[in-house]
Amino acid sequence: MSSVGPPSPEGPEIGRARLLPTGLGLRAILREEGARSALIAASSTVLLIGLVLWWVLSSEAWPAVQKQFFSPVHFRAAWPDVLGGFWLDIKMFLVAEVLILVIALLLAMIRSLRGPAFFPLRALVIIFIDLVRGIPIILLILLLGFGIPALQLTGVPNSALFWGVATLVISYSAYTAEVYRAGIESVHESQRMAARSLGLTQFQALRYVLVPQAIRNVVPALLNGFISLQKDVALVFVLGVREGVREAQIYTASTFNYTGYLAATVLFLSVSVPLARFTDWYTERDRRRKQAVGS
Amino acid sequence: MGSPKVEIKDVAKSYEGKAVLQDVGLSVDVHEVVCLIGSSGSGKSTLLKCLNLLVPIDSGDILLDGKSIITGSVNPNEVRQKMGIVFQSFNLFPHMSVLQNVILSPTKVHGVSTGEATDLATQLLEQFGLLDKIHEYPDRLSGGQQQRVAVVRSLATKPELMLFDEVTSALDPELVAEVLGVIRGLKDDGMTMIIATHEMGFARDVGDRVCFLDQGVILEHGPAKQFFADPQEARTRQFLQRIIEAGRL
Repeated sequence: MSSVGPPSPEGPEIGRARLLPTGLGLRAILREEGARSALIAASSTVLLIGLVLWWVLSSEAWPAVQKQFFSPVHFRAAWPDVLGGFWLDIKMFLVAEVLILVIALLLAMIRSLRGPAFFPLRALVIIFIDLVRGIPIILLILLLGFGIPALQLTGVPNSALFWGVATLVISYSAYTAEVYRAGIESVHESQRMAARSLGLTQFQALRYVLVPQAIRNVVPALLNGFISLQKDVALVFVLGVREGVREAQIYTASTFNYTGYLAATVLFLSVSVPLARFTDWYTERDRRRKQAVGS
Repeated sequence: MGSPKVEIKDVAKSYEGKAVLQDVGLSVDVHEVVCLIGSSGSGKSTLLKCLNLLVPIDSGDILLDGKSIITGSVNPNEVRQKMGIVFQSFNLFPHMSVLQNVILSPTKVHGVSTGEATDLATQLLEQFGLLDKIHEYPDRLSGGQQQRVAVVRSLATKPELMLFDEVTSALDPELVAEVLGVIRGLKDDGMTMIIATHEMGFARDVGDRVCFLDQGVILEHGPAKQFFADPQEARTRQFLQRIIEAGRL
């Protein structure tokens, strides 16, 4: 009932004064509001972090954990090997990403072909994507990474590194193909029709008309995939590949100190956080551009 | 009249059980202009898309230069290379400049060198008053300019037959004339054309013959002047009466 009661004497007055200030007055209020918001945000953040720190640091086990995970001495000692391994992570990421972007696009294009003649190709791609997406990536790495070298096929590489990266490429290609396909389907049907009416084949229509427009629509989604892969390359450590996490594990096994894992964490964050910020920045810019065109 | 360029014989098409075209028969001679009129949903657009093999027909036959284009042995891309189609919604490729739009098919489909295709594109764009837009992207052009570029893009493939699918329906009224002017120019050059349109005055002036489609059937057709002066069918008279009442004829 309070909402239908008489307005409080000050309410509307304050409201009017706030809504209709002129010149400097409005700006001053906005500046004050901005400062107040920033103050609230900062103090609540500090309070929250303080509470969590107090909670963790007051634990009886903290001194032991500090020695085990946050030892500056061990950090320095583990750093060179972990960093060396991390370079391998970066290299695997770069090689895999290039292959994924190409293979996934081919898969998506095949899946987008129409007509009964292409049914067998489409079916193969769908089966491949379903199978790969249905198996946990760690299991796929174990299966292919240990299984295929064990077959000792002639002419097929036996290295764990090769099969680790190959599995990442296979797995991520399946996911990324679906990203591309969503992009291709987001391009209006009339574009395909216009391309075909000019005599372009299905493949040419995809290559010159649909895919270039599709890629623009899915760049943010592809960048998200980059971030994900940049961390998932570490999974090949299960095959014994001496990348960053494996090096940290070796250090831990020989010293019984876990600080090496912290070093690996810092390294991964140093790449993934900037990548995440870049993705957000790009997505936001892209969104604004689309709105500008739409208006 | 000359020999028939296109013969449509007993063509039928239905979508999900609903008949869109029934027993449609039509023959268009070389250099002839046929206008298809009728209310929205009467099958005009579908008929044009069937001709271009963008939509498969259920039964009947379509002959181009006396040869069936419906049999399985025909490569649809080769058929489309002889036929240009311009759509209501322009359908220019937004990621390509005007020039790139125009030379895409000549260079990728017809195997013309980029230089040669650019020369032809420049010549056509100049002819249609679009030369200053050659490096612009479609979203920087007016609807009328976009539609004229779409016509040029089609002409650049040197078609023997042009299909127009309500090409002025999406345009602001003041832009309609520039596009219709382009089509008149093509008639003067002797282009064989099939034009689906809501512009009755234009159909009367430009069309050699007019076909009235109603619920997927060609209800009446005849020489343009006679068709508009003395329609035979009650349904045609009713349709034309509504057009006149709307002030469109």
